[in-house]
Amino acid sequence: MGDYIVELRNISKAFGKTHALTDVNFRVGRAEVVGLIGDNGAGKSTLIKIISGVIAPDSGEIYIRGKKVDNWSVAAARRAGIETVYQDKALAEQQTIARNIFMGRELTGFLGFIRGKDAYNEANRLMRDIGFTSKVFSPDSIVATLSGGEKQGVAIARALYFDATLIILDEPTTALSLTESEKVFGFVRQIKQRGCSAIFISHNIYHVYDVADRFVILDRGRVVMSAEKHEVPSADQLVKDLQDIARTGRRIE
Amino acid sequence: MLSRFIDRNRRPISAFVVLAVLLIAFTIANPKVFLNPQLYTAVFTSLPLSIILAVPLVFVIAAGEIDLAFPSVVGVAAWACALVIQAGGNHLFAVLAALSVGALAGLLNGLLVTRAKLSSLVSTLGMNFLLRGLINLGSRGEGIPLTAQLNDAPFRFIFAGELGPIPTQMLWAIAFAIVGVLLFNYHKFGAQVCCVGDNQESAREMGINVERVRTLTYVYVGIAAGLVAILSNALNLIFWPNTGDGFLLSTLAAVFVGGTPTWGGVGTVTGAVIGTFTVGFVTTGIIAAGLTGFWTQFFYGLIIILSLLGHRFNQPRYR
Repeated sequence: MGDYIVELRNISKAFGKTHALTDVNFRVGRAEVVGLIGDNGAGKSTLIKIISGVIAPDSGEIYIRGKKVDNWSVAAARRAGIETVYQDKALAEQQTIARNIFMGRELTGFLGFIRGKDAYNEANRLMRDIGFTSKVFSPDSIVATLSGGEKQGVAIARALYFDATLIILDEPTTALSLTESEKVFGFVRQIKQRGCSAIFISHNIYHVYDVADRFVILDRGRVVMSAEKHEVPSADQLVKDLQDIARTGRRIE
Repeated sequence: MLSRFIDRNRRPISAFVVLAVLLIAFTIANPKVFLNPQLYTAVFTSLPLSIILAVPLVFVIAAGEIDLAFPSVVGVAAWACALVIQAGGNHLFAVLAALSVGALAGLLNGLLVTRAKLSSLVSTLGMNFLLRGLINLGSRGEGIPLTAQLNDAPFRFIFAGELGPIPTQMLWAIAFAIVGVLLFNYHKFGAQVCCVGDNQESAREMGINVERVRTLTYVYVGIAAGLVAILSNALNLIFWPNTGDGFLLSTLAAVFVGGTPTWGGVGTVTGAVIGTFTVGFVTTGIIAAGLTGFWTQFFYGLIIILSLLGHRFNQPRYR
């Protein structure tokens, strides 16, 4: 049990008469990238919001590192090292990269003044770690000058800084070009190399196939398929499975 | 190194260029007046009050809001200060009265914007009328002379005296501006103000208390208005019900001429101080250059438009 960072058991959640999630089991291992796939309305958002503490489930249990938790909240999730990279990236574009990384959690010293040098160096280290090799950008660069993929990188770097052990990426490649998406995949590989885990949410199966170690497919609030990468020979096979599921509603175990 | 300095200080530098060009033009037009140090002493008497008001306005505007009520906040703070002095109260108490009345009025402005969710443009416009109305009602439009109480009091020398050739109110303004620059550029507060004005949803998602940060910017204006109220009473030795009224447009113009844009997220306190000098020299310069006072408003407008065009073409280019 202790091998999982997060484990959800028999989670159900309904909004009025809509069953967003029904009896869902879901887990993320150490240094594992889980691809969470599903159509709009499949329950992906609800699932990750339960993990990040935004929504409380109606029934079911949440285990963090093997321990059952009660009164799960955003603050508790943060303390447990779970960071979410929101779909809108939550950046302030006219500010510098360093200011964005420390937004809301500024590195301060005497009387609340910012330790500018420390912030600069820390931001610099994070940027290099995550693969900003270009000399064009420094922590003083304005975020609006970055490409979409690089902005996503800043959002991910921010999540990494605060000792996240699990990073949830909500549709990180939406609205990105191919090369920019490639950059995001690079960031996700970085997360894994650091020994951290990630949940990669997308409805683009090809994107998920590239980076994930395991795939979980949600359909109408149920987990309909869970497979290790070696069990799925290709992305095309995954697409076929998905189409099967959509047509027949059958479950692949 | 130099290019990095220029990159980080584009706005104040372009504001400074405008001021330098203006001063050179005036000096060429009338070297006698503009090379005479007495002119500068004269300008430095009234300018400090505008500087003190311009500094916190940068924070409000960078946080994505506007404050049009500050002239009347100066008024109520000056009124409270004058009432205490007139009643023979302790002058330290008069100082505290001005600062706390200013801060409270600022807090009220902030809460109307952040908690009652009113448009800052309209609600502070309304508050400007409302507070001024209260002063007029309460004072029946009559001034409060303070000469007898203040003539030999330390209050007057501290706030409107001279230290060598420098008026003390200028020293207050310099100190206030330095604190403003430090807060804006190097403090958590300034960083959060910019994030809030830049993208309030992002700021919220990153755990910044957007409402609190915005409210504090209004309190900051209120404290500045309190200080201006004290300086104004000490300078004039009389309280007039219209105290502060003249600052509205010229101070806002100074902030924008200084390079703080209207859309929030960025701003420059140094630029606002430079902008105050630019606006302050226009009137003096026009008279000294031998033009009639009718040119004043024309030149104000011209300087504002030219400055904005300058800032517009001097922004960092985003790809």
